[in-house]
Amino acid sequence: MSAGTMKLKLRVWRQKNGNTPGKMIDYLAEDVSPDMSFLEMLDVVNEKLEAKGDEPIAFDHDCREGICGTCSLVIDGQAHGPIPGVTTCQLHMRSFRDGQEVTIEPFRAAAFPVVKDLVVNRGAFDKVVAAGGFVSVRTGGTPDGNAIPISKEEADLSMDAAACIGCGACVAACPNASAMLFVGAQISKYKHLPQGQVERTSRANGMIAEMDAQGFGNCTNHRECEAVCPKEIPIRVIAELNREFIRAKSKGKRVAGKSDGA
Amino acid sequence: MKLDSKIPSGPIEKKWDNHRFEMKLVNPANKRKYRVIVVGSGLAGASAAATLSELGYEVDCFCFQDSPRRAHSIAAQGGINAAKNYQNDGDSIHRLFYDTVKGGDFRSREANVYRLAQVSVNIIDQCVAQGVPFAREYGGTLANRSFGGAQVSRTFYARGQTGQQLLLGAYSALEKQIGAGAVRMFARHEMLELVLIDGHARGIVTRDLQTGAIEAWAADAVVLATGGYSNAFFLSTNATGCNVTATWRAFKKGAAFANPCYTQIHPTCIPVHGEHQSKLTLMSESLRNDGRIWVPKKAGDSRAPGQIPHDERDYYLERKYPSFGNLSPRDISSRAAKQVCDEGRGVGPGGQGVYLDFADAIQRLGEDVVRDRYGNLFQMYEQITGENPYRLPMRIYPAPHYTMGGLWVDYNLMSTIPGLHVVGEANFSDHGANRLGASALMQGLADGYFVLPYTIGDYFANAKQPKVTTDHPEFKRTIEEVGGRVKRLLSIKGKRTVNSYHRELGRLLWEKCGMARNAQGLKEALVRIPEIRAEFWENVSVTGEGGDLNQALERAGRVADFLEFGELMVRDALEREESCGGHFREEYQTADGEALRNDDKFAHVAAWEYQGPDKAPIRHKESLEFENVHLATRSYK
Repeated sequence: MSAGTMKLKLRVWRQKNGNTPGKMIDYLAEDVSPDMSFLEMLDVVNEKLEAKGDEPIAFDHDCREGICGTCSLVIDGQAHGPIPGVTTCQLHMRSFRDGQEVTIEPFRAAAFPVVKDLVVNRGAFDKVVAAGGFVSVRTGGTPDGNAIPISKEEADLSMDAAACIGCGACVAACPNASAMLFVGAQISKYKHLPQGQVERTSRANGMIAEMDAQGFGNCTNHRECEAVCPKEIPIRVIAELNREFIRAKSKGKRVAGKSDGA
Repeated sequence: MKLDSKIPSGPIEKKWDNHRFEMKLVNPANKRKYRVIVVGSGLAGASAAATLSELGYEVDCFCFQDSPRRAHSIAAQGGINAAKNYQNDGDSIHRLFYDTVKGGDFRSREANVYRLAQVSVNIIDQCVAQGVPFAREYGGTLANRSFGGAQVSRTFYARGQTGQQLLLGAYSALEKQIGAGAVRMFARHEMLELVLIDGHARGIVTRDLQTGAIEAWAADAVVLATGGYSNAFFLSTNATGCNVTATWRAFKKGAAFANPCYTQIHPTCIPVHGEHQSKLTLMSESLRNDGRIWVPKKAGDSRAPGQIPHDERDYYLERKYPSFGNLSPRDISSRAAKQVCDEGRGVGPGGQGVYLDFADAIQRLGEDVVRDRYGNLFQMYEQITGENPYRLPMRIYPAPHYTMGGLWVDYNLMSTIPGLHVVGEANFSDHGANRLGASALMQGLADGYFVLPYTIGDYFANAKQPKVTTDHPEFKRTIEEVGGRVKRLLSIKGKRTVNSYHRELGRLLWEKCGMARNAQGLKEALVRIPEIRAEFWENVSVTGEGGDLNQALERAGRVADFLEFGELMVRDALEREESCGGHFREEYQTADGEALRNDDKFAHVAAWEYQGPDKAPIRHKESLEFENVHLATRSYK
C-alpha cells in the first residue's frame, strides 16, 4: 500500500460519434491514489465532469479484472499502457508519477471505427470467428471427454493460444493494423487439438478471407502485437497461421460454416 | 399467484428421463416457425442460443456488451464440477447431488439439483468436443482438482481461466450459428422492458446503446440469461455492467422473484483499498487447496507477517473445522473471516483482511510447482496490490459475488409468466442458500445446453399462441413507456452523480443486509432506501443525450432499478427469521456462534409477487421436500 496522492494532466481524445471529427482535450486528474487502477482514475475525472453537468469521457470496460477484453485505450502511444502483460483495467496508477502528462487515445484501425471518444467497434473480430473459429459439433451425443487423449504438452500449447481475450491491442499496435496475432491465436488453439483437425482447411481459408474482408492488414514482422498483448500470446501463433494458410491453399477452397447450420 | 413447481413424479434418478419422454415434441419442420429471444450471452445465454438454433428454432440473441464473448461468465477462474469419478475417489451423480443440496443448506429443490448432477457429465463431454483446452494429465486424460466445499476431486479446469474457456466454447458454437445465418446477434443492445400479450411473454423492448434507438422485438418465447445482481452492493466481484434490470422489469410484469436476499459472499477477494474503488477482484478459490488461512492470535498485532512466529498465529479454519479446514464452504469461510476481523485480529490497512499464506506450500512443493498451479493468479494479485505473494502472504476478505436468488422458475425453467424462461444465474433454481465452488458454470451450461432446449419445445407444443408482430399496440405502448423513462432520466439535471447514489445504496445494503444482518438494521434500511430513491429521481445528474452512446444514461437506468430491487432484497431478509447459508441473522445462532436454521418455518422458497408501485409485494411460499437428502444440520467440523 502506498501513501500520498498525485496530480496528472490528461490529454484525452474526445469524439462525439463516428461522423464527427474528434480532438484532444486537456483534463486535470487530482487526488489520484497510486492504488487506483487507470480506469478508476478516469472514473474520478468523470464523476467531476458529471457533477458539473458535463459529459463524461466514454471508454469501454466491464470486468475490471483483466479478462473480459472490453477495456482498450492507447496510453502514451501504447495499447493498454506502459506495463507489459496487463490490460488497462489492471494498470495501476503507481506506474505513473506525480505531475506526469498522459495522452489517452482510442485503439485506431480502419476495421475498428470509433463509436465515441475512446470507444471503438471491434465487431470485426466476431465476424472473423464466425467464419471458422469453431468446431462444428452440435450439442449432445458427444463422446466421453477422455475418449480422445490429448497430451499435456499439446493441451498446454492450445491453452497458451486460447488465453487470447480478443481485446484488439494487437491490431491497435500494428503499423499495418493486422489482426494476425488474434486470428493466429484462434487457429493455433484448434490446431493443437484433435477436435480441431477436421476443419483445419476450411477454418484457415474462412478466417483468413474474412480477416482481409474486414480490412485488417498483413503481418510484416514488427512484433508490436506480441509486445503489447496483455495475455502475452506468443508470436509463434502467427507462424502457425501462415503454415495453416499455405497448407490450406494447397488443399482447396472450402469455407467453414457455409454448409452447416440448421 | 400459484407456484406449481411441476416436479415430475417417480424416483429421483428417473425424474428427468421420464419427464423428457413425457414432454411433447415439436417436429423438426415446425421448429423454424418458432422464434425465441435470448437475452444475455454468457454461459447460459450463449449455450441456449446456440443449441436452440441447432435444433432449428429461429433465435435472436441480445447482449449489452460489444461482443457476446465478453459476458461476465468469462471471469470465473477455478473450475466446473462434474460427477465423472475419473479419479476413482468415490464420486458419483448421487454424491454431487448430495453435496449440492447440503451445500445449499437445504433451500434448493432436490429434483433440479439431481438433474444438474446428471447432466454435469455431458457438459464436460460437450466442452471437450468443442475444443475447450481443459487441463490434462501427462497421459492425456483430463485433470481434476478439489475445490472449496468438496472432498472429492471433481473439478475440471483450464488454468485459472475456466470461465473464459467455457464461454469461448459456447461463444464459438454461437458464432457458428451466427455465421450460418441461423442466429441474429444484437450486441450493444440492452433489454429495457418485457412485453406481454394475453399474459404470455411475447417480446422485449431494447435500447441500442450505440444509436439510442428504442426498438421492439417479437417472438414466441423469451429467455432471460441476464446473470446476477451482486452489483446492488456497488462493490462486488461482478463486472461493472452486471445489473438487475431485465429480471426486475420481468418481476414488475408478473414474474415472481425468489429468495432475493440470497447473495453469496465469496471468501477470497482482494480487500478494499480506498474510497474510489470500483470493484472487488476475486482470487480463485482453488488457492485454498494449498494456501493456509490465518490471522494473528492477538488483537491489534501489527507486526509484519514474517515477524509473527508460528505459535502466535491462529489458523482459524483448520482449528474450527478440522475435517474441511481451508476448504470449508464459502459461507463458513466468509463468516469465520468476518468474525476474526470483528475481533480486531484482521490484517492490512483498516483491519479488513486475513492472510492466505503459501509459505508452507512453497517449502513443500517448491516455488516452481506453485507457479505452475497458480502463476497467473499470483501475477494478478501482485499487479493489484503491489505486493509479491511468493514472499508475503496474500491478504483476502469476503465480498459479494454470486446471487442465488433470481426469478422463480418451475422444473422446466419457466417463470410464473408463461413463455418467459429464465436460465443460469438469473433464475433461483439450483443452489439454495449458498453455492458451492465450481457449480455456477455447471448450472449455466446445464440450463443452456441440456435443459431448456428440451423444455421450451414442450411449452411451444402445449401453449398454442397466435403469431404477433411488433405492430401490436402493446409493443408500441411499451416503446413509448421506455422512451418516456429515458427522457425523464435525462431531464432531471440534478446535482449528484449516478455513482454517488449507487455507492450510497451499496454501502447501506452491505452494512444492513450483508453477511450478518438483524431485524433492526433491516428495518432501518427499509426506511432509508425509499428516501435515497426519492432523492435520486429529484437530484440525479444524467448528462448527454438519448440519441447516441451515453454511458451515464446506461448506468442511471441500472441504478434506478437497483434502488427498487434493494428494497425487495431487504424485505426478504427481514422475513427470513433464520440463519441459512451465508445469510446470518444475528438473532438466530447457536451457543457457539454457528448459523441456526429453522426448518419448521423456513424450509421453503420465498417468491415475491409485485403488486404495484406503492404497494408491498406479496410473499408466496414453495415448500421444499427432502426425500433423498435428509434435513440435517451441516457440519464441517
